[in-house]
Amino acid sequence: VENVRLLDRFSSRRAVVGTLYLTATHVIFVENGSETRKETWVLHSQISSIEKQATTATGCPLLIRCKNFQVIHLVIPQERDCHDVYLSLIRLARPVKYEELYCFSFNPKLDKEEREQGWKLVDLSEEYNRMGVPNNYWQISDVNRDYGVCDSYPTEVYVPKSATAHIIVGSSKFRSRRRFPALSYYCKGNNASICRSSQPLSGFSARCLEDEQMLQAIRKANPGSDFIYVVDTRPKLNAMANRAAGKGYENEDNYSNIKFQFIGIENIHVMRNSLQKMLEVCELKSPSMSDFLWGLENSGWLKHIKAIMDAGIFIAKAVAEEGVSVLVHCSDGWDRTAQVCSVASLLLDPYYRTMKGFMVLIEKDWVSFGHKFNHRYGNLDGDPKEISPVIDQFLECVWQLMEQFPCAFEFNERFLIHIQHHIYSCQFGNFLCNSQKERRELKIKERTYSLWAHLWKNRADYLNPLYRSDHSQTQGTLHPQIAPCNFLYKFWSGMYNRFEKGLHPRQSVTDYLMAVKEETQQLEEELEVLQERLANLQKSQSGNNKVKSKQQDRSKQFGLYTSNNSLANTPQEYSNDLKSFPSRSPSQGDEDSALILTQDNLKSSDPDLSANSDQESGVEDLSCRSPSGGGCLPSEDSGKDSDEAVFLAG
Amino acid sequence: MEFAELIKTPRADNVVLHRPFHQAVEGTLCLTGHHLIFSSRRQDNAEELWLLHSNIDSIEKRFVGSLGTIVIKCKDLRIIQLDIPGMEECLNIASSIEVLSTLDSVTLMYPFFYRPMFEVLEDGWSSFLLEQEFELLSSVTNEWRLSYVNKEFSVCPSYPPVVIVPKSIDDEALRKVALFRHGGRFPVLSYYHQKNGMAMMRSSQPLTGTNGRRCKEDEKLINSTLRSGRRGFVIDTRPLTVAQQARAKGGGFEQEVHYPQWRRIHKYIERFNILQESFIKLVEACNDQSHNMDRWLSKLEASNWLTHIKELLTAACLAAQCIDREGASVLVHGSEGTDSTLQVTSLAQIILDPRCRTIRGFEALVVREWLQAGHPFQQRCAQSAYSNSRQKWEAPVFLLFLECVWQIHRQFPCSFEFTEQFLIMLFEHAYASQFGTFLGNNENERAKLKLPQKTMSLWSWVNRPEELSRFQNPLYEANSLVIWPSVAPQSLQLWEGVFLRWNRPSKFLEEAEKERISIITYNKELQARVNTLRRQLAEMEVTVEMLQE
Repeated sequence: VENVRLLDRFSSRRAVVGTLYLTATHVIFVENGSETRKETWVLHSQISSIEKQATTATGCPLLIRCKNFQVIHLVIPQERDCHDVYLSLIRLARPVKYEELYCFSFNPKLDKEEREQGWKLVDLSEEYNRMGVPNNYWQISDVNRDYGVCDSYPTEVYVPKSATAHIIVGSSKFRSRRRFPALSYYCKGNNASICRSSQPLSGFSARCLEDEQMLQAIRKANPGSDFIYVVDTRPKLNAMANRAAGKGYENEDNYSNIKFQFIGIENIHVMRNSLQKMLEVCELKSPSMSDFLWGLENSGWLKHIKAIMDAGIFIAKAVAEEGVSVLVHCSDGWDRTAQVCSVASLLLDPYYRTMKGFMVLIEKDWVSFGHKFNHRYGNLDGDPKEISPVIDQFLECVWQLMEQFPCAFEFNERFLIHIQHHIYSCQFGNFLCNSQKERRELKIKERTYSLWAHLWKNRADYLNPLYRSDHSQTQGTLHPQIAPCNFLYKFWSGMYNRFEKGLHPRQSVTDYLMAVKEETQQLEEELEVLQERLANLQKSQSGNNKVKSKQQDRSKQFGLYTSNNSLANTPQEYSNDLKSFPSRSPSQGDEDSALILTQDNLKSSDPDLSANSDQESGVEDLSCRSPSGGGCLPSEDSGKDSDEAVFLAG
Repeated sequence: MEFAELIKTPRADNVVLHRPFHQAVEGTLCLTGHHLIFSSRRQDNAEELWLLHSNIDSIEKRFVGSLGTIVIKCKDLRIIQLDIPGMEECLNIASSIEVLSTLDSVTLMYPFFYRPMFEVLEDGWSSFLLEQEFELLSSVTNEWRLSYVNKEFSVCPSYPPVVIVPKSIDDEALRKVALFRHGGRFPVLSYYHQKNGMAMMRSSQPLTGTNGRRCKEDEKLINSTLRSGRRGFVIDTRPLTVAQQARAKGGGFEQEVHYPQWRRIHKYIERFNILQESFIKLVEACNDQSHNMDRWLSKLEASNWLTHIKELLTAACLAAQCIDREGASVLVHGSEGTDSTLQVTSLAQIILDPRCRTIRGFEALVVREWLQAGHPFQQRCAQSAYSNSRQKWEAPVFLLFLECVWQIHRQFPCSFEFTEQFLIMLFEHAYASQFGTFLGNNENERAKLKLPQKTMSLWSWVNRPEELSRFQNPLYEANSLVIWPSVAPQSLQLWEGVFLRWNRPSKFLEEAEKERISIITYNKELQARVNTLRRQLAEMEVTVEMLQE
């Protein structure tokens, strides 16, 4: 469709005219502007809603909201075209079969072996070994080998040694969806563990001997403690209501030596509405400060984030400080339980704060334990009531922690944002389906690529420059502050206003420091080479002085040597190198190589991502990110135009 | 008056000091004429706390048996608690502090007694003279001149003796204009935009009154800054209704009939007690230990503090935009021209002028646009957020300005030569200081108090290399461009460095800052070493070549 206008949220004067293309996988908008021909690519799977608004004199407006929080406002001249686009998009954005998803057609030009290597990057049995199981207290159980006991669990499950198959099966029958208690995290230092399950089918009075034995077995696996915590992450009212349906929570009287604890996190429906409300606030045209703060409070979003964090902190404290094992559940044990277990693990174990460890953590607590990615993130057309930003909230908890502990994480904010993007993009197979069983049936590993390998390959872009493996913040358990007056839970504009570059800091400290570190590394290498050459020269010089008779031979040799060397790197070449360094001079005026360098980096780093989503912002957005705030050129333009509207509006 | 008379109990032992995120420490408390000194002699970490009495905003006392407790709330927002055994001692100490922290005579303040322990390399009192500023200006334009019309502070008591005015306006005209402007604050040059020759001026409101008085000299003065055929903008920091009401009291605004070349924009910026109330509410919210998220957000919202930040930044951006983008001259004023006017003109300069983003340039800005321009520091900063006095003239006007600078700093972290700490330091010294810089309400008062002769200037201390190094931003690289901050609510944050400063554990943030510095220092070191080696190598290669020949 031609002559489509892409509107800018802040100012109608910045609308651009271009052509809209629909392909099998993407919506593409190409600007007419002759030089840049800026392109905006949006994957169909990112589309969360399409809204056709009333036709106006200028055409028919179409509003596309994306799951990565991009909002695209198009105006199509002809009503009929608009309607066609609308209908096509509705169909394209809601695939009914897995095979329609992008990952089955996405080909990053890797051979079979590379693909297999990619899938092997994250290996969970290796991870359990790292934690220190199997050992005297924990063993791997094969009861679920063919998904016979629980179809949403993985085949390999770690359980206490004293829990026999009989006990496991018995317990599973007493738990929602047969999700029996299984090991999530084991603390080598003091034998305390975090286990997870679903709610018991206790109703008002039902009991199950095997389930009681199962909890007893978990306690016994931690000889240092004479009780375990059972943490129900639901609000008490919700849990009580479940009793009427024959479900519910553990009665302390029936289980020996448990301490039962509610930590109220709301359910997926509340969270979905909360996000919706917060996004409405983000979309306000020119909100006043109180509109914004009031809307933020009213959405309840930060309150929910804090609730998840509080639960994680409680569990981490029980494990690390009291040495007590914890069993965590909610209703089905695949949403709130996943959030809370992974936050607790992250607080407890520095390994999960590394890039590799974080991938492992998501693979362990989310992918393998049957978090329903397909339902929650609406990959296939399904019940809209199943959709909820569960893992988004976890990622935000991580970001809030990064704000509080700037040196503790190996990765940076961009890493989290790109993971969020790919959870919805369906470009990689990792997050397809609702369980391991379904993924195996679909032969995901043979037919698609792994996101982790892709991120790992570009890890240089995701590094936190402040991270040092020997830093005090890197070690041991993190103890976050919880009161708002001690630590500010902030609105994450990097995520929820990700595509509104104008709102973000114009110069990125992270990128700046990364560029400095890169330069430092090159300097270190150069220093070594220089020192070596200097040493060689000195040697040969002293040789010259001592043995004058052999001078000619020697200098010949030496001559050869230097010439070889000089081929490799002459001073001139260094200075060329140096020219390409100043990746960091934030002197925004000059066309600094900085810009180019960062741009290259990003391009190489995530071609797919930038093709899919970042294209729109193109150079402008790169320079916004570039430390050089190269910044300011775009910010002068964009800043001016967009902000002008804002200033005058007031 | 002898301070000793006011101190009945100069010393108490076994006093316990409580602070958030610190273990309680036992030690000795001493009172002197200007300080409260607490020292603990524990072997593992002996420490001393020196607190200026003038930093104390409020004091509360309570008793449990004979153990007295006093809670001291400071102007820098810190709260400490002292447990003092002995009812009499405690009462004596509390009453001494109360008196010593509220002395009403300026000449009894600490700056008059303070003797520096450092060598003065440069006298800060003469570091930033308007004459130097004018020298720079005259190298790019000759449209302006220095006027000494206010030499005796007789034309405008709140102006400095020297001001910069359009060349075409003589002193006689200035005297007439002064009579037409509130408090005699006639329009003077605040900033000259080299890029396009546009000027920003500031003044107070014109005294048009109800009958629409006019002053030809005033019109001529501000018109002389316009290019032929171009319009200028008057940014009035009051809402139109307030400006209209002001006429009844003899004030007013520039009316279109008399100023046809000027377009008036009203940008409302809060002042006085509304600002002070907002400040008090915000600090209350920040000290609320409740874990409830909703409560925190609603208190933050109810304080309206961030709204003031947003409005102020917006007005400053607008002024900067008129100058840089519209190529128009600007006149900024409110009523008196001593508060919101200065906030707007100084922030606009941060946005427009790269020099103001350097340490020295920022100091010059504070001197020029705040101290010399007659912001009544002594009145505004007499009390902080914990005070119960609620006087009309107390208001965190300067703090609001510093926070706006911080907001811009946060958005352009590599474009400022100074760090957040520098801004926090200025906030502290504006409220309580050993230096005389922020005493008095204007240059007139400072001259009468003979501050330059009798007290030390803050700048004499700050600009010493060892102090400066603490405030230098490792990420700084000069940025010659105009920087346009975003004023959307999503882009503005609470200034934790000031408001959560004493309530948050600072360890991790400090570590991060150290790491940042060490990354950059190491890089610079390597660069230097590589350069040395390169030079050596080049020299040796030359020698070798010579030997070969």
